[in-house]
Amino acid sequence: MSSGSHSVTLTAQEQAMLDGADGPAVAMCMRIIVGVARANGAKKLIEIESAHADGTLYHGEAGLDFTEKLVALGGKVKVKTTTNVGSLDLLHPDLVHGDETLMSHGRRLMDAHIALGCEPTWSCAPYQAGHRPAFGSHVAWAESNAIAFVNSVLGARSDRYGDFLDLSAAVTGRVPFGGLHHDAARKAVLVLDFSEVDSRMFSEDAAWAALGVLLGNRAGTRVAAMVGLPGDLSDGGVTEDRLKGMGATSASAGGVGLFHVVGITPEAPTLEAIVAPNAEYLKMTAADVREARDSLSTTSSDKLDAVSLGTPHFSVDEFRALSEVIGDGPKFAEQIDFYISTSRDVMARSKELGYLDVFLNAGGRVVTDTCTYVTPVLNRNVKNVMTNSGKWAWYAPGNLGIDTVLGSLSECVASARAGKVVRDESLWS
Amino acid sequence: MVVTMAKVLTGKVSHPGTAEGEVLLLTEPVSFWGGVDHHGEIIDVHHAQHKAKMTNKILVMPSGRGSSSATAVLAELIRTGDGPLAIIMLQCDTILVIGALVSAEIYGISMPIVELDQEQYAQLSDGMRVSVDAYSDSQIATVTL
Repeated sequence: MSSGSHSVTLTAQEQAMLDGADGPAVAMCMRIIVGVARANGAKKLIEIESAHADGTLYHGEAGLDFTEKLVALGGKVKVKTTTNVGSLDLLHPDLVHGDETLMSHGRRLMDAHIALGCEPTWSCAPYQAGHRPAFGSHVAWAESNAIAFVNSVLGARSDRYGDFLDLSAAVTGRVPFGGLHHDAARKAVLVLDFSEVDSRMFSEDAAWAALGVLLGNRAGTRVAAMVGLPGDLSDGGVTEDRLKGMGATSASAGGVGLFHVVGITPEAPTLEAIVAPNAEYLKMTAADVREARDSLSTTSSDKLDAVSLGTPHFSVDEFRALSEVIGDGPKFAEQIDFYISTSRDVMARSKELGYLDVFLNAGGRVVTDTCTYVTPVLNRNVKNVMTNSGKWAWYAPGNLGIDTVLGSLSECVASARAGKVVRDESLWS
Repeated sequence: MVVTMAKVLTGKVSHPGTAEGEVLLLTEPVSFWGGVDHHGEIIDVHHAQHKAKMTNKILVMPSGRGSSSATAVLAELIRTGDGPLAIIMLQCDTILVIGALVSAEIYGISMPIVELDQEQYAQLSDGMRVSVDAYSDSQIATVTL
């Protein structure tokens, strides 16, 4: 016979919250948190320092009903809570051409999050828009790439949360003490060894998208440690953006919530520090990386209609790198739509530093608050799109019905100028 | 006349509720986000039970799969009445429990989710009629065949 539901031990304060002492919104969110703790076996709750809410993208009425009910019950977030992308670009409303229900319900959903006290970040990369939790702190983050980043690159602790639980955690300041909040669950049960792959291959951003596919495919939802990869998190953002892209792709191709890169990420100064006993060990080859790279392109045609960068949202460092690649070279070809998705915070800082205008003057367009793969931004005639983002390449063919070509940042710029796909295969030899 | 005794399986209450209906047994998990449409039909073309409809069925599957946005999809199915009457799993999926919890809170519809061990789970077959009783104040859920 199966054992029955176990009980969750609450503090006196938590019990009072459940009983309604802090109002009906807190009580409702507490019932959800405790309900999840009961179902997944957590013995107690823990306090969190921040949250990142992912229920901002409109999926149907239930999400709107839930969020507006919290507002009606007087709910307020208890901890710093940033918001993920929404269904609209509030700064450039003409860019999104969704149907009326999507637009009006999407707007109400975003407004309801603000009414709860969330910050208008509207970004899937809040960690590059002013929200960087401390190493070891407990947080409740939703959105798969943000979860992978906050755990792996910052060393804060979040389990893999999603719609509803993120806001419930923010309103109560609590989560069930389970999953990646525990030390033991953060050990690598899989080791991917890249030390025999020529490290020159990793000098291009697109290679890190390919690494994300490998990591996601091999790890699934398991914690993996990667060895033999170059990088340094204090190199001015290059390594950080590579890990951002890799983690995002791995969370799409698999269900990765935490990965370690030995010698680079904060919990993994050495393999010994982070590896679990009896971990599985896999030696990776250049052919594995090339095969993963190829899986992110769905066409070998050189026809090109658009370029899309910034999934997850582009950083200031990426705008700087892009402005250097563009330099004072020619503009993008007239028939190519070149989009970058980013946060309003990064857009403002990149403008101040002069990087943004280099891109705009070359003929590019910026999308904020949302992203080109979840909302109808691209022109309806667009068929072939180039990107350096593994996550975009993973989802866009299914979401948008288009073909993708994965390329490096410099290949994307060269292709946008030429009006057709330009690749430099020497990078992959 | 032959009288057959009802067989009672026991498991864990993952979310409370009661239901009675016909079993739809999935041989592999399905992702609600991207794998099930708004009418409760399995639209994942790679799925072994592609095109099966879970509406008003007792959905039996080994575990959950896929995106955390499945919470919102399940809640939406429960809201519109296109969802299953209950879910029975070998391995409870937190994402689906959240969908059930939220539906109970905002629509007052409590769809039970029950976890069974391998031996009990193996006694369920596609098309059989069962009743599910999972009470929040009880430690044990029952599935009566």
